[in-house]
Amino acid sequence: MTRDIAVVAFAQTDVLRTTDELSEVEMLMPVLHSVLDRTGLKTADIGFTCSGSSDYLAGRAFSFTLALDGVGAWPPISESHVETDGAWALYEAWTKLLTGDADTALVYSYGKSSPGSLRDVLTRQLDPYYVAPLWPDSVALAALQAQALIDAGATDESALAAIGARSRQDATANPHAQLSGPVRQGDYLVRPLRTGDCPPIGDGAAAVILAAGQRARELCERPAWIRGIDHRIEAHALGVRDLTDSPSTRLAAEKAGAFERPVDTAELHAPFSAQEVVLRRALELGDDVRVNPSGGALAANPMMAAGLVRIGEAAARIHRGASDRALAHATSGPCLQQNLVAVLEGEPR
Amino acid sequence: MSEVLKAPLVVEFPFTRSLGPVQSAFLTGLRERVVLGVRTSDGRTLVPPVEYDPVTADELHDLAEVAPTGTVTTWAWNHAPRRGQPLTTPFAWVLVRLDGADTALLHALDAPGPDAVRTGMRVRIRWAPERTGAVTDIACFEPYDGGPAPLTGRTDGHAGPVTGIVAAARLDYTYSPGRAQSAYIAGLADRRTLGERCPSCRKVYVPPRGACPTCGVPTADQVEVGPRGTVTTFCIVNIKAKNLDIEVPYVYAHIALDGAGLALHGRIGGIPYDQVRMGLRVEPVWTQDARYPDHYRPTGEPDAEYDTYKELL
Repeated sequence: MTRDIAVVAFAQTDVLRTTDELSEVEMLMPVLHSVLDRTGLKTADIGFTCSGSSDYLAGRAFSFTLALDGVGAWPPISESHVETDGAWALYEAWTKLLTGDADTALVYSYGKSSPGSLRDVLTRQLDPYYVAPLWPDSVALAALQAQALIDAGATDESALAAIGARSRQDATANPHAQLSGPVRQGDYLVRPLRTGDCPPIGDGAAAVILAAGQRARELCERPAWIRGIDHRIEAHALGVRDLTDSPSTRLAAEKAGAFERPVDTAELHAPFSAQEVVLRRALELGDDVRVNPSGGALAANPMMAAGLVRIGEAAARIHRGASDRALAHATSGPCLQQNLVAVLEGEPR
Repeated sequence: MSEVLKAPLVVEFPFTRSLGPVQSAFLTGLRERVVLGVRTSDGRTLVPPVEYDPVTADELHDLAEVAPTGTVTTWAWNHAPRRGQPLTTPFAWVLVRLDGADTALLHALDAPGPDAVRTGMRVRIRWAPERTGAVTDIACFEPYDGGPAPLTGRTDGHAGPVTGIVAAARLDYTYSPGRAQSAYIAGLADRRTLGERCPSCRKVYVPPRGACPTCGVPTADQVEVGPRGTVTTFCIVNIKAKNLDIEVPYVYAHIALDGAGLALHGRIGGIPYDQVRMGLRVEPVWTQDARYPDHYRPTGEPDAEYDTYKELL
């Protein structure tokens, strides 16, 4: 059985450096209401709910269960959770809709990085035997990748600075972005990466509604049809991988059908400037492809939501007619270890 | 709106991990100043060694020694070392392909500055003076001008192999419970119990979390509940918890405070454990300087009718 499934609505919070006054569910609720309002659906109308988040950000076990209060989980709902970016929750929801078990799905994800020290928190996702005891932080690992790219002649520091500048310039049109406009390239954080090459640390949430077939047409004037999604992973040992390439992104893109026809837009989840270089190469994006018109992760990188935001931003461009065929990418883990690619299309106007 | 509370929260855990044969051999080797890799069926040598080939997924066990010298494959200058990192002075993160290996190991390089580091430079292991069988037995790398150092010829037979590691971790947070729970906690400081009413279903949640889980809408209307309440259900605890200064058996109960839309938990005191019953009317007992009631005791009122609390079970 094949069914066409589309993103029919997207909502996101403003991404802020701190949101002390809000618990996770308090931060999340406005986007849940916003995304439901866009379709006129109520919680009881949703066939499947899937979320993405991480306990390590809050420093608290099973934190996602409390966030369910914002969904309205009574009477009982069909629900699932992934302990990673919400893009992977969307993948799970998409497969659920493909089976025909549900016609609509609510996907949301959120992360509050402000309570902890994010660079340290992220070390806990590394190999616990050989790597985590050294506490190499997320910026350090991205810097190793950036230097490998520079050594390979694929980029240089001024080209990386231009990526950061372009992202923050594009973000001036994105009211939810944390950093926009002229941002100083700054000092080295871990050389060769300067602060301008690194994402801001922020709190935020996002939500998407998926619908199948005719239901999607009822809920959205121009649904963003998901033509394919795939996600792939590489060896966790950094020293095994060629950090200048992203074969997992390339394979995911191929399986998602990204290379069958050119895309006009690409929302890439590249938290560090050098990672955009890697992804552009892996995805064979030409200069005519609009990359990260939202500003991308260099303008706002809410942990566990930034990947879902890429899919949402790509879909929103299709909804409003700014794109006909868009690629959305999400990543997780150090140096682009895991990668998800979705291809979205609007019907001819 | 009352002030949002904040407090430090430290999460610490000594993860105790057992090792498989390959990891055990590698970490035992480090303790003995021997670096072991593992050979794949197509002749590559992986260092650090893994138990399964990342390409073929074949199980690997063919250990081979590599030199403690090698070549930097990429690097990054860390001018501000963070807690737990190998060196406290500025250093370079490096991936090093040891002589004889086909993959690279992540570690720190002690060098005077970024100008002294480049991809392709030669380095050697500086061993930690005291070694326990952990990746930190390599204190760091240091610059080295020369060819591959000789091998020791040892690959096994070490006395007392390392079979596990303790991976200590500590993360520091500044935790804030958010608006609704802050107001609840601030109320308790005045010995008042504050709930929040759902604007849709009118249920009063206590403690409030800022959302009605039934309706999925924010709750904002603050309502003081109690102090008296009704036992809706209970259990008798017969096993003493560690560090808990309460005699067993005792009763732990669900208590619906007057005006609350759901029950909260509390211990029942001031009455023999076997006389506690559903419908018992109770009130909180505060001890000096306490931030929450120590326990609840009978008020002496007649028991509540079942119909008055059956929806709160």
